[in-house]
Amino acid sequence: MDKKVLIADDEQNIVISLEFLMKREGYQVEVANDGEEAVRRIRASRPDLVLLDVMMPKKSGFEVCQEIRSDPEMAGVRILMLTAKGRDTEVAKGLALGADAYMTKPFSTRELVDKVRNLLEQ
Amino acid sequence: MQARTRFMLAVIVLFLLMTGPFLLTALIVWVETEGEARELLVKVLSPHLTLGTLLTAMGFAAGVGVVRVLFRQYVQGLLRMSENLRLMLGANRGFRVQPEGPPEVQQLAVATNELASQRDALMQDVEAQIGRAKASVELEKDRLAALMSELTQSVVVCNLDGRVLLYNNRARAQFRALSDAPGVAGGGELIGLGRSIYGVFERNLIAHALDTIQQRLRRGATQAQANFVTTTRAGQLLRVQMAPVLSLAAPALAAAAESEVVGEAVGGEDAAPQGATDAVGPAGEMTPAAAETAAAAPASERTLTGFILMLDNITRNFETESRRDQMLHNLTEGSRASLANVRAAADMLEFEDLPEEMRTRFRKVVRDEVQSMSQRLDQTANEFADSLKARWPLEEMLGADLVAAAQRRIEARIGLPTKLEEVDESLWMKVDSFSLIQAITYLASRLSDEFEVREVRFRLTAAGRLVHLDLIWSGQAMSTETVMSWELEPMKIEDESSPLTVRDVIDRHDGEMWLEREKVRHRAFFRILLPAATPQEQAEAETYLRGESRPEYYDFDLFAWSEKSHELDDRLLSELSYTVFDTETTGLNPSQGDEIIQIGATRILNGKLLRAESFEQLVDPERPLAPESAKIHGITSEMLRGQPTIDRVLPAFHAFSADTVLIAHNAAFDMRFLQLKEEQTGLRFDHPVIDTLLLSAVVHPNQESHRLEAIAERLGLTIVGRHTALGDAIVTAEVFLKLIPLLAEKGIRTLRDAREAAEKTYYARIKY
Repeated sequence: MDKKVLIADDEQNIVISLEFLMKREGYQVEVANDGEEAVRRIRASRPDLVLLDVMMPKKSGFEVCQEIRSDPEMAGVRILMLTAKGRDTEVAKGLALGADAYMTKPFSTRELVDKVRNLLEQ
Repeated sequence: MQARTRFMLAVIVLFLLMTGPFLLTALIVWVETEGEARELLVKVLSPHLTLGTLLTAMGFAAGVGVVRVLFRQYVQGLLRMSENLRLMLGANRGFRVQPEGPPEVQQLAVATNELASQRDALMQDVEAQIGRAKASVELEKDRLAALMSELTQSVVVCNLDGRVLLYNNRARAQFRALSDAPGVAGGGELIGLGRSIYGVFERNLIAHALDTIQQRLRRGATQAQANFVTTTRAGQLLRVQMAPVLSLAAPALAAAAESEVVGEAVGGEDAAPQGATDAVGPAGEMTPAAAETAAAAPASERTLTGFILMLDNITRNFETESRRDQMLHNLTEGSRASLANVRAAADMLEFEDLPEEMRTRFRKVVRDEVQSMSQRLDQTANEFADSLKARWPLEEMLGADLVAAAQRRIEARIGLPTKLEEVDESLWMKVDSFSLIQAITYLASRLSDEFEVREVRFRLTAAGRLVHLDLIWSGQAMSTETVMSWELEPMKIEDESSPLTVRDVIDRHDGEMWLEREKVRHRAFFRILLPAATPQEQAEAETYLRGESRPEYYDFDLFAWSEKSHELDDRLLSELSYTVFDTETTGLNPSQGDEIIQIGATRILNGKLLRAESFEQLVDPERPLAPESAKIHGITSEMLRGQPTIDRVLPAFHAFSADTVLIAHNAAFDMRFLQLKEEQTGLRFDHPVIDTLLLSAVVHPNQESHRLEAIAERLGLTIVGRHTALGDAIVTAEVFLKLIPLLAEKGIRTLRDAREAAEKTYYARIKY
């Protein structure tokens, strides 16, 4: 069965690349353009992995992450956070809130693909 | 015993010595011979008795003559000499004794003269040394004053009680910005000699900083300083650096207390600078010694006698810094996101199997993102350049002034004539004038030396946020390379050389420079592009520059305050601090609705009138003004329109007069106006009050008039500007200062004495 990946980011210019990339890797892809939509879609379609941007309108990636992790039924959802903030403190915060991995923008797509694959194989 | 009496005695003794032995012998012979023998004796001797007596008398006369000569020479001569010696001792130091009389006395006179000469030489030497010491103290004082006034940092020196002893012009300007009511008191209610610094800073803050310093001193730190940042009531952010004033505990303080007056408010319109110079004299002799001992003692043995505050208003810096942070943040994080988009799209473009439609979309992403990044970078660079300008200690300067200074320097240093072309007089620039003028002069000197340029011209024009400063010359053609190489060589003008190059100087200003040619006119010019100053910065620069070059305010007497009792009653009138004030009103009956329309006040501290620290404010009475009253005070309704009302002015005046004794002429009248407002403003004017009218009546009980004019005339004061509140307040203050010694003659020295005397007179006058 194909793995499902949700891309939650409000910037279309990154979404278009990520979407193409994930589809190319053979995943089913869904897109959410803000935090609230991300939560809604995660609950509805239970993706295997979420590429979650930190800076989003309505709800930040941190809030989304926290909300998902507080629901035991969603325990199986892997979360890979993406952020433009490069500070150690934010990485630590994301991981503490339950993100499985963290990548700082700009990143190499190859590394992203590797990381996504690793997370989904665990 | 008088000399004359002694002379008489000597004569009597001489007489006895000459006649005594003869008469005694005659008596013994007379007693021992009897009968016929005695008769025979008489018969033999009596014919010769006359001769004997005569000879004796002559001998006696000769003896008296000798005694007289000796007396004149050795007693009266020496007496005269001793009188002359006294003269030499005191009144006329140059006087010398004439050697006269017998040789012994002459020798004595010569020796005495030599002693006197030796003494004179020694005294001259001592005087010369004192003179030199005074001069050096004077020089140091001048240097301190100059240093203080040139500092771009505000400096306030306080004693341990937090009383201000000294402050510079910059501090005054800064406190004006801190004032709640800048229009009303101009910050004068916050800073002034003898005022409490706790009006500006929390007492705890200062106490804490002092504690920190004490601790560091105990640990033997050489640089015991404390720093804190605080917000003021007006919402400004101040960074404060505190340094201790140290001195030897007992002896130095005693010495300082003995030297009566150390300083004087220099720079008040008429605070006589001469007075200041004189006043420093006694202190000058004292201070170096004290300073020496203090310096010799290790830090642990020295005690804290006060502190120096160096203030920086960092409100604007802080804003600049947070703006800079914001920009940096935008730049980094904004760029991260964009870069991520570009990078991901670029990665995608590498896939060989990319459908053409997707390829177009990814290319668009790259294009869009790169464009937005460029924009952001431009914007940041622009704003960042603005805030970078604040880094170098550049000063705001009127462009025209800079050009004039450069002209003067070029003409003086290299004798090259200069001219002005177009100069925009309104331009302000942010420059380090010294290095910039040096660079311009250097360029002019190379032009003159190597291309025989006979004249240079200046042009100054605005170009948006920048200024064009052009150095123009005409003459033979030269290659751009030659001329532009000058800017990379260290500057050298005759014997004056600098490690900096013109390029360094231009970079320091964040500017640019290039060579341009006006072919038609056979001219060329260096265009120097420099940042213009913003109007806000001008305003502050103007307040700072407007003051005289050296109006320093200091009164070190206040160091002694901490040891004195704060119970004002027993304080001497001559050492209290006073607020002397006067009001102009709409009428004479405050209870029937008459109101204050002007308050004027000045200060007296340690017997000195501080004209520079005055308060003058018109007040909107919120009621019509009787037109005829304008004849008295010259204030019209138009003048009062738009002025603050009494509930805004009184708080400022209350702060201005805090911790002082109030003085007014016919004080009861003015006080009644103030006190009737107590309920409305919640401010109590419960200061001790002195009335010059009553004190004048104490001093001159038999004079009919105690009007201010009459008293001033009686005391020999000239009146200027009567019937403005401040003018009257100043006259009142001068009257009071004249009254102090007159009161002292009547035994009235303390505040208590003055109050009691005034009360008596008051009741005495009421009787009529």
